Amino acid sequence: MLEIKGLRANIGENEILKGIDLTVNKGEIHAVMGPNGSGKSTLAQVIAGHPAYEVTAGSVTYDGQDLLDMEPEERAQAGIFLAFQYPVEIPGVTNAYFLRSAYNAVRKARGEEEVDPLEFLDVMEEKMKLVDMDPSMLNRSVNAGFSGGEKKRNEIVQLAVLNPRLAILDETDSGLDIDALRIVADGVNKLRTPEKSAIVVTHYQRLLNYIVPDFVHVLAGGRIVKSGGKELALELEEHGYDWIQNEQSAAGAGSRA
Amino acid sequence: MTQPETAVDHYVGMFESLDHAEAGGAGELRRRAMDRFAGLGFPTMKNEDWHYTSVAPIATRSFNRTGSPTSLSAGELDQYLFDSPDWTRLVFVDGWLAPELSSVHDHPGVQISDLSSMLREGGKVPQLGTIADHETVAFTALNTALMQDGAVITVAGNVEVAQPIHLVFLSAHPVPQAASFPRNLVVLEKGARATVIESYVGLRDESYLTVSVTEIALGEGARLEHIKVQNESAGAFHVATIQARQERDSDLHSFSYASGAELSRTNVNTLLDGSGSSCTMNGMYMVSGSQHVDHQTSIEHAQPNTTSREIYKGILDGHSHGVFNGKVYVRPEAQKTDGKQSNNNLLLSDHARVDTKPQLEIFADDVKCTHGATVGRLDEVALFYMKSRGLDAEQARTLLIYAFAADVLEEITVKPVKDALEAAVFARVRGGKLEMASD
Repeated sequence: MLEIKGLRANIGENEILKGIDLTVNKGEIHAVMGPNGSGKSTLAQVIAGHPAYEVTAGSVTYDGQDLLDMEPEERAQAGIFLAFQYPVEIPGVTNAYFLRSAYNAVRKARGEEEVDPLEFLDVMEEKMKLVDMDPSMLNRSVNAGFSGGEKKRNEIVQLAVLNPRLAILDETDSGLDIDALRIVADGVNKLRTPEKSAIVVTHYQRLLNYIVPDFVHVLAGGRIVKSGGKELALELEEHGYDWIQNEQSAAGAGSRA
Repeated sequence: MTQPETAVDHYVGMFESLDHAEAGGAGELRRRAMDRFAGLGFPTMKNEDWHYTSVAPIATRSFNRTGSPTSLSAGELDQYLFDSPDWTRLVFVDGWLAPELSSVHDHPGVQISDLSSMLREGGKVPQLGTIADHETVAFTALNTALMQDGAVITVAGNVEVAQPIHLVFLSAHPVPQAASFPRNLVVLEKGARATVIESYVGLRDESYLTVSVTEIALGEGARLEHIKVQNESAGAFHVATIQARQERDSDLHSFSYASGAELSRTNVNTLLDGSGSSCTMNGMYMVSGSQHVDHQTSIEHAQPNTTSREIYKGILDGHSHGVFNGKVYVRPEAQKTDGKQSNNNLLLSDHARVDTKPQLEIFADDVKCTHGATVGRLDEVALFYMKSRGLDAEQARTLLIYAFAADVLEEITVKPVKDALEAAVFARVRGGKLEMASD
């Protein structure tokens, strides 16, 4: 489904991603973990097409298409969804209007009929229940004045409405208390199907207790330095990121010897 | 005066040629105003009130007051109106009432007449010229000297007029360099309530001038919703003054929308002259190309416990230039004044420019006054956020531009006007850029 090869990306003069290789197949959940500044959020944003990052080398293929050649909206229409670490406030645009515009944009791209506001209300009612969201939020401006937890839940509502094939969750767990974390994770799990894949970017292991990954990758210094199964997350939890970094520098020293 | 003497002489000559019948019951007022205009001349940019706006394009042209209205059919109007058949509508063409296009619904306690016929019968119009300042303000003096026609509306005590009164000023001047001088007077007696909408629309692309003045007197506890919609032609020059005087516990809710004209200046001024009186002054301007749009507002808190709220928003593209000057005066006796003002501007081009100048002068010590001004661009992160949800670049920009304007448009309580202005925002934004109003 998604194949990343030798991906390098800069922000300004700084190189953040220094050669990423990652393959995500249909139905798989990949966790990307790593210390602050390792490049894991950058990876998520580059896949979604954030204009602040410049890709300098490598390729990203999604269903055989050159993803890097696609605009962010084309990526979304093709079934990629990024749940933002810091969801953006848009005062003056209601959630209902925004969600319906997005829903219809994606439907239109898929050659499906656009829905009117009444039909859309039915779609929404069901999706909002997934994350225990109060229907009154539909008439509020997108994320404006929302608490941190509400913003994260709103991202999952959008995820549910747009029904992507590849969901990328960028530190969706940050700023959530344990109850909110469970609600959000339950919502994500209910949306799982064998056809869909996800990349879960997180600093901490605790989200992975709820959203269980098939693979765990550890990012450090803009590279994937270790990959493994879900047990790798537990090892990280126990030993911390220093453990990986020490192992890396030991290996580096060894190769120079 | 640095401008050529001929500019003022031109208007003095025009004044001298008014016939006696036309000067009517306001002959002395006109004469006094003309003298004042001759003394003041057109303002220059040295004048603090005109620091960011040059009226040279007006002063260097010789505009001629139109003597009679161009005849129009009702069908030519439809696209400019947002009223419904229940509304009273007075249509003025080139400054003169067009009775065949107007319809007045009788309402007990409400008098609606046109100024020209009131004056022509030699009649006096009480309060005319007593609210707006023709002694020191040049354009008000010019309007007062040459005023043609307009609405004189009086609502008796405790009468509530449910349907809006719509005053439509159409410029259809058959010759270039024409001018009109609309003049309105709105008097709401104690406890009266009404809604008055002024629309300014141009039907031709030629250069013309509109200089209008509206005087408003609000009695104790009266409430007026006043909306001005300025959609003049792209080649027009437009200078308008709305001047209100408010008695105790009265409330003025004002909205000024400006999107037309090559150069426009709108003054919205009120004197909170009674304890407990309040005003809301909102507005929006949306310009592109080489348009220049200027708003100057003045709120004078003259009595205790008075409240003012003000939000102006501007959207500017191309090489346009916006000006906002919001004055708030708090006199020494106006304790417990509560004032809030903000002016926010969205620039869609590197060449658009805004000068914003909040101006608070406070002479009382127990007051709560705040102000703030911003000038910004579309938020790139918000654009990416919307695109990442599948909205294309144009949709995302349009929605963000609309969102910027939405909260101030929300404040318009007359739904057909609110809907029309919202539609105007959407219609003018194409591909995330503002198009010229006349396109």
